[in-house]
This record gives sequence, C-alpha cells and structure tokens, in this order.
Amino acid sequence: MPDQLLFAAEVSINGLMTGVMYALVALGFVLIYKASGIFNYAQGVMALFAAMTLVGIQEGRVPFAHLINSITGAHVSTVGFEIPAILAILLTVAVMVGFAWLVQKVVFKHLVGQEPIILFMATIGLAYFLEGVSDLMWGSEIRTLDVGLPQGINDAIDQGTFNAFGYGFFIDNLDIAAAIIAAILVAVLIAFSQYTKQGRAMRAVADDHQAALSVGISLNYVWVLVWSLAGIVALVAGIMWGSKSGVQFSLSLIALKALPVLMLGGFTSIPGAIVGGLIIGVGEALFEFAVGPLIGGATENWFAYVLALAFLVFRPQGLFGERIIERV
Amino acid sequence: MLDQPAEVHGEGVAPEFRDAEVLLEVNNIEVIYNHVILVLKGVSLAVPKGGITALLGGNGAGKTTTLKAISNLLHSERGEVTKGTIRYRGERVQDLNPSALVERGVIQVMEGRHCFEHLTVEENLLTGSYTRTDRGQIDADLEKVYTYFPRLKERRKSQAGYTSGGEQQMCAIGRALMSKPETILLDEPSMGLAPQLVEEIFGIVKSLNEQEGVSFLLAEQNTNVALRFAHYGYILESGRVVMDGPAHDLRENPDVKEFYLGMSDEGRKSFRDVRSYRRRKRWLS
Repeated sequence: MPDQLLFAAEVSINGLMTGVMYALVALGFVLIYKASGIFNYAQGVMALFAAMTLVGIQEGRVPFAHLINSITGAHVSTVGFEIPAILAILLTVAVMVGFAWLVQKVVFKHLVGQEPIILFMATIGLAYFLEGVSDLMWGSEIRTLDVGLPQGINDAIDQGTFNAFGYGFFIDNLDIAAAIIAAILVAVLIAFSQYTKQGRAMRAVADDHQAALSVGISLNYVWVLVWSLAGIVALVAGIMWGSKSGVQFSLSLIALKALPVLMLGGFTSIPGAIVGGLIIGVGEALFEFAVGPLIGGATENWFAYVLALAFLVFRPQGLFGERIIERV
Repeated sequence: MLDQPAEVHGEGVAPEFRDAEVLLEVNNIEVIYNHVILVLKGVSLAVPKGGITALLGGNGAGKTTTLKAISNLLHSERGEVTKGTIRYRGERVQDLNPSALVERGVIQVMEGRHCFEHLTVEENLLTGSYTRTDRGQIDADLEKVYTYFPRLKERRKSQAGYTSGGEQQMCAIGRALMSKPETILLDEPSMGLAPQLVEEIFGIVKSLNEQEGVSFLLAEQNTNVALRFAHYGYILESGRVVMDGPAHDLRENPDVKEFYLGMSDEGRKSFRDVRSYRRRKRWLS
C-alpha cells in the first residue's frame, strides 16, 4: 500500500476517535433540546464543572475552600484522604443530578411557556454563573484527571498494522476506551428512550408539552430527568477530554465544536449526534492532512463550520433530524 | 339579555340525571390571561355522573378556556382562575396540577387532537396510562380501546403524525381512555372532520358513555350534532353562560334555533338582519 494512503487511513481513524468526543458533547445538547426545546449553551460548562467536581472529589478537596478560609479564617484545603475513582464518579453523578434539579427549580420552572430566545438567554446566564461557581468551588488551577482509563499508544494495533503494511498506526488507548464508552452510553440512552415508560414520557414531552401535561405527565419531572441525563453525558465527556488534555477552562469551549456536529446530525437525533460527530472528526482530520499543508494549516478551526454551513443550505434539518411532519 | 329568563335557564341538570351524583361543579369562575385579559366572566356549570354535558358557543366564547380551567392546563398558557371555585366530587381542585387531576379521573382531550406526532399510535395510547400503577391491567385496557377504535389497531405501528385527522382524533380519545377516566373533557372533537366522521366519533362517545359509564363535558361549535348526543347543554357567549337547559329543550328554543342551528320560524332571514339583531342583543346584555 502506498505511504500516503496509509497515512490517510491513520489520520481517518484518529479523526473518528476525536469525532466520538465531539459526539459525546453534542449528545448532551440533543437530549435537552429534544425534550424542552431549550438550546443549552451551558452544556460545555457543565462538562467542565463535572470534570472539576470529579477531580476535586477524587483528590479529597474541600469545596469552597477559599471562601471558607477567607470568611472563617480557617485553613482548610483537603479532607486528608483520596477517594477511589469509582466512588468519586458516583458522587459526581449525584452532584449533576442535584444541579439539574436546582436549575429546573430555580430557573426553568418559572420560564415555562416563554419564547425560545428567552430560554436560550437563560442558559447563557447559567453557563457563566456555573463557570464562576466551579471556580469558587474548586479553584481555577489546571488539574490532571486520571480515573484509571488506559493511556498511551496501543501496542497491539501498532504491531499488527506494522506486520501487515510495514507501517505501525498510532492509536491512543484512551481514544479506544472513549469510543467504547460512548457506544455503550448511546445504546443505553436509546434503549431508555425507546422502551421504558419514562423514556416514552420524555419523547412525548419533546413532541407536545401541552398534550403531555394533559395526560398527566409532569413536565418538571421529565425536565429534571433530561437535565440529569445531560449532566451525566457532560460528565462522561468531561472525563474523556479531561483525561486527554487536563481539566481547565478551555474544556468548556468544546461546546463550540459540538455546534457543527449538531447542524450536521440534526438537533433532535441521538444517532445523528454520533454520526455527525464522526463525520466532522474524520472530515476535519482528512482535510487538514490533505489541504492543510497547501494553505498553511490550522484548517480544523473552521473546516467543521464550513461543512455545517453547507448542510444548513441544503438540508436544514440535518442528516437525521426529525422530519417536520406536515399534513397537507 | 334574557328575554324570558324562566324559559332559558334550566335547573343545571337534565331530568334523567336529577338524582345522579354531581361530579364536577364549576361555580362562577373568572379567568384572566397574562394578568390583563379577562376571558371568563362568571361561568357556572355542573356535570352529573354518567351524563354528556355540552358546552356550546361560537369562536372565542370561552369554551376551551373553561375546559382548561377545569383540567388546570391554563397555567402553562399564563392564565389563571381569579374568582370562583371548581369542585370535583366536592373537593376543590383548582390548585391541583394536571397530573393530580388525571389521577382523580378527570382528563382533557384537547382541541386539535394534539397527538404525539413522532410516537406510534400505540405509544400514544400508552402515554395515557402514565399515571397508572396497575401495570397488569394496562394491556387489557389497550385491547379494549382497540375494540372501540378498530381503525387504531390497524395503524398501531404508524407514527401518529402520518395518520388522518379522524384517526388522530380517535387516538387522542383513546389515549385519554387509557387513563381510566371517570370524566373526559372533550374539546371540539368535530374540528376539521368530514360530517360522516363526526357522526362516527360522536357515536363512539355515546357508546363509551353508555357502556363504560364515562361522563363527558363536551365543548363544541357544531351545536346541531352536540345537542343530538348530549343530555344537557350550556350556551356560552363572551365568557358568560347565557342559556342552559336539557338538550331537547335547547333544540326547540327559538333563539337557539335561529342563532346556532340556522333555522327560523319565519323562514330564512337575510344575513344582514341576523347580524344587526345579534348586535342589539349583545348591547342589552
């Protein structure tokens, strides 16, 4: 096989893996948008907050330590012992569910029936507020996150491809783990929404709030449910990105990468978020590989958006977005 | 506006239900939207157990608002009941949320069907059983709904958004039935349907009433059909009940005949005369 083709194949596979990460973030958007029509600008910050909380709990830090110290004059920083990863993850899930409940109770419950743009503005406010809260709770230093996921080059693939083609592919173990976890997460989410009573209620609310209310579905309950699910998805995305590049403010910017994914896959489709993520991941990696050197690189900053624009023009509901059912 | 008060105001219940228990009692309610728009200006009505009660009137008379006030769907549209009481089986229900009402056996079928478009017909029906806890009974009730609406069984796997208007109306009624209701608030079931289908749907409503003992409060513009199937009727105009009585009496009433059924003792009138007459009538009220 010619070298160029082998490089391209390696780039594509790595692009796929990055795409999985994008898809994970996009998934959180889709869940909330579908069920409540809210475009949740805070999804990226939720991933940051979840990752910060996870690291904080794992390292046994005291939340709001700085605040406590400056008010009481004490000097607390850690509880003195570390908490095992699995327990820390469970605690973080509990925090995200609590956050979902609080957001619903304090903000969105009072905005029922308002214009979408008002709900959107509320999520912008929420995003920056949450960013501040996570700074206040856990401090703003860059931290490394390690929950025991495998890292580094996968030797088996390296060896296998070297023996087969004479060129070893560099695939990160972390990316493989991310892909597997994302696949499981999506399968569970789809099964939940298709085959359970609460999942059916979630889809019913997504279709028609008023009708859902009229059959006795509690909108508040369903919305807390979807915000919790989105929080859990944000946690998974936070773990993946955090393990890859550290937990820091820029983590919240991955939300910007999810936008073109959403335009491509459709705002209302869980499979769409996955396929959209993969297409963007591979597309931008290949484009950078093939065209980047000719025009001086850095194409991954804008390529995804150009692709998304093309989709907006020719297929506004995205690849898998729900067909707008219109009876004539 | 009441030319002959003794004649046009009935006793609030049809003769055959005089001894029946009153399930729903709406007492002089006032509804305001957005804190400013007064939509209902004192509506009172009663729904006896086992009866079909019709709420009649033109566009904007307040039929839908009355039903939503009862089922408590007003809140999500920024409307609220500011005066009066709504009681179900004697219990004050106007502060309950819709799901608590569904648990007590009152469910609304909204105007314009409102099926869940992307759910299949069967999934739509199953959402109706959301508040129920007797899981074993749900499958049996699903079959029962299919016997009343055989068409729905044929389309059970299709997305509701792709079914016809009549099928969607059936789906909406079937969905309400799945909650095992005692009273169904049925809003404008005839909307946008061919006359034949309207007959079919009202026929089913009638048999649900007779065989399953479901009580109905029916809001309907199609006065003719509604008065043929209902036991008792209330006529709403600009947010007030202007007339009520047993369905049979209402059908014979000259005013109802003229304004709602399009018939007149003096033969057909010119459209212009009717309009000016109605306007004068409103001023006096």
